[in-house]
Amino acid sequence: MSNQKLDSKVPSGDIADKWEKHKFDMKLVNPANKRKFEIIVVGTGLAGASAAASLAELGYKVKSFCIQDSARRAHSIAAQGGINAAKNYPSDGDSVYRLFYDTVKGGDFRAREANVYRLAQVSNNIIDQCVAQGVPFARDYGGMLTNRSFGGAQVSRTFYARGQTGQQLLIGAYSAMMKEVGKGTIQLFDRREMLDLVLVDGVARGITVRNLVSGEIESHSAHAVVLATGGYGNTYFLSTNAKNSNATAAWRCHKKGAYFANPCFTQIHPTCIPVSGDYQSKLTLMSESLRNDGRVWVPKDKGVKEWNIPEEQRDYYLERIYPSFGNLVPRDVASRQAKFRVDEGRGVGTSGVAVYLDFKDAVQRMGQEAVSEKYGNLFQMYEKITGEDPYKQPMRIYPAVHYTMGGLWVDYNLQSTIPGLHVLGEANFSDHGANRLGASALMQGLADGYFVIPYTIGHFLASHKHPEVTTDHEAFKASANEVRQKSEQLLGIKGKKSPDEFHRNLGKVMWEYVGMSRSAEGLKKAQIEISNLREEFWANVNVIGDPKNKNSELEKAGRVADFLELGELMARDALEREESCGGHFREEHQTAENEAKRNDEDFAHAAAWEYSGQDLKMNWNRHREELNFEYVKLATRSYK
Amino acid sequence: MAGSSAQSINLKLKVWQQRGPKDKGQFLEYDAKNVSTEMSFLEMLDVMNEDLVKQGKEPIEFDHDCREGICGMCSLVINGSAHGKDQAITTCQLHMRRFKDGETVTIEPFRAKAFPVIKDLVVDRSAFDRIIQTGGFVSVSTGAAQDANNLPVGKEKSDRAFEAATCIGCGACVAACPNASASLFVSAKIAHLALLPQGEVEREQRAYGMVHKMDEEGFGSCTNIGACSASCPKEISLENIAIMNREFLRGSLTHRK
Repeated sequence: MSNQKLDSKVPSGDIADKWEKHKFDMKLVNPANKRKFEIIVVGTGLAGASAAASLAELGYKVKSFCIQDSARRAHSIAAQGGINAAKNYPSDGDSVYRLFYDTVKGGDFRAREANVYRLAQVSNNIIDQCVAQGVPFARDYGGMLTNRSFGGAQVSRTFYARGQTGQQLLIGAYSAMMKEVGKGTIQLFDRREMLDLVLVDGVARGITVRNLVSGEIESHSAHAVVLATGGYGNTYFLSTNAKNSNATAAWRCHKKGAYFANPCFTQIHPTCIPVSGDYQSKLTLMSESLRNDGRVWVPKDKGVKEWNIPEEQRDYYLERIYPSFGNLVPRDVASRQAKFRVDEGRGVGTSGVAVYLDFKDAVQRMGQEAVSEKYGNLFQMYEKITGEDPYKQPMRIYPAVHYTMGGLWVDYNLQSTIPGLHVLGEANFSDHGANRLGASALMQGLADGYFVIPYTIGHFLASHKHPEVTTDHEAFKASANEVRQKSEQLLGIKGKKSPDEFHRNLGKVMWEYVGMSRSAEGLKKAQIEISNLREEFWANVNVIGDPKNKNSELEKAGRVADFLELGELMARDALEREESCGGHFREEHQTAENEAKRNDEDFAHAAAWEYSGQDLKMNWNRHREELNFEYVKLATRSYK
Repeated sequence: MAGSSAQSINLKLKVWQQRGPKDKGQFLEYDAKNVSTEMSFLEMLDVMNEDLVKQGKEPIEFDHDCREGICGMCSLVINGSAHGKDQAITTCQLHMRRFKDGETVTIEPFRAKAFPVIKDLVVDRSAFDRIIQTGGFVSVSTGAAQDANNLPVGKEKSDRAFEAATCIGCGACVAACPNASASLFVSAKIAHLALLPQGEVEREQRAYGMVHKMDEEGFGSCTNIGACSASCPKEISLENIAIMNREFLRGSLTHRK
């Protein structure tokens, strides 16, 4: 189905000139007029905070919303590894073009070339901006910035601040935001959850939020809405996302008409601490950098429980299968291979659902002190959680859901299919295709917020008429009523199961059938099971407490209700994408050696889903945006 | 499913319950049975809450988010210590293997005049944001930056700035301080930016503004006790408070108007 709403608006001309040309072609808002425009920014992670700060600096009136108690807590803060940029400071052959090339290829040819090129172009400005804000990136003894190679990249282009790069970058963006709050150009609304998008004449003109402290339903109007609310990894219940990360804001926009693109593209990170019991509330990532020195193995024989076994009884399977990349194969490949080993019955630990990541050789080669210098904080974190000492015995690791490449569809201007609604960072779908490279999430969040949206939103504001709209408008009242009714409905069911119980059950279905390996049969089953679970939820959920007070059960229930819908769409998208690419592996589409088999003939497109369901009956129309690869030639990814 | 070293313990919990800012509050007593030692402290509270919900009772509200010790959202005073007795961790990183079978565990909110209780164990820490708004930044607008390597920064200074910048803004320092002073938090930001050339231009007004704002928000004064640093999950050094005092003096001498 083709659809004219899916006009990517990619400018013409050579890829290297598109953004420059577009910046000139876009309309500008007169400096004196900027203060007449109000912009709502939802979310204060890297994308939201950088957008709010930059838009306020330009003179717009910004209203910023987050669910946490402070804008500094968004989950971008947990990113460990680093941020990529094409600075080429080490002079090792990097360039804007190479970063562009690697990102398109790493994404398994399912991203939009023009967006990725722009991302690589502005990557260098991000580093400059962050350093100017006082972000303490690692430096050498000459006082210059140092880089490391990350996630299997052939060049060293990753800037980092020990294992806390996300934190330092977010504090930079947050402080830029606080500077503007102090000036009165940003109004902060913390502990608020966006529960609906308000449209007037088909244009996004505001949001409805719940004040998470007082329980009050509030309406906020604006001339444009920017959504930067992160990904939907928590659909799986267990993931490396923060507990409160959720898809509600994005999902409610989807149900108001924003297309959702490639929902099945989820990234499973290979190195996480395995599940220890049913009470498990989240999974903790161990940085990918550990694979630079750790060796991944399982016993050659099935059912071996002892870790201290002779060399010849160990299968260093990544080194065996991928001799040239070894332990540094991309995330999707490493994850899938771990699953294969566990499925063969060669998993380790009491649960049998883990593989070893061993530092024995690294300690021998570099000495314990050098290992500790490099990975000390990660080893400590592992020990705190598991009670085991990774200097003495191998770490147990297993893949976990980490990032979602899919998200709301946006054009080159980061505008969704709803005029006025712009989507940034992990919440959109545009730059990572079917697989994201390490250290690229931070780059994209900040690129969108600092260097793209400040230009493109001006163009939107300048090229449309904006009739006066206040929160007295009918549309705001209707939205607030709808939100209130939904809360009342949830509180009124008084069933037997907690929202968490439903969420955990959904997670099991998702992980089993829409996880690392997917089949048509499993995906069909998943859709039925999710739909049944959703029906049961609305008949049997128990949401306790007062709507007029802080009520985390009510918060959870609303989010789980949305995950129960989104999960079904993820399964459906995975079913209809008859190929394996990046994080999406279909058992029917693999080579004789169990490698992913892409189908460029039929699937070199982004699938954009339009919601057409009603009440509990979900339905969608699938549209496609064809992806053209003019610069990076379609080729099979091989890491052998 | 649990690892080989997993055991079950029983605990008596005394958990602070307070319906709202104006409510007097009281301890709820709860028997936590068969707690796996592999659980995190917050997972233990999750299980308690799910059980309370099953009994038709309202669960206890507590703040949490990343559950890996970096977002600064979780708080709690556990058996009298902010984030529990262990060194250098947040509450979410505390695991149940640190508790003994039969132990009584007292769980309270961070208590300080500047951190009013919202509900149960949840407090309002927005005073920290307001302090940052008075100077915890470098005034550089997006796009105005020069090339990142134009200004070398010595490794030692850069590393010290980083150490100060690791503050997660959780507020444990305030909860641990008998005076409820925010000096460690404020000094970490002042030191972070004072140690870097990028922060040089605004250093005087930054220190002057932030220290005054801290007083205005109702935090107490620093009397060099050091409980803040001892309870800090990121082990922020007291040295930063010395830097803050120097910077504040400088700021006071040069302050106009």
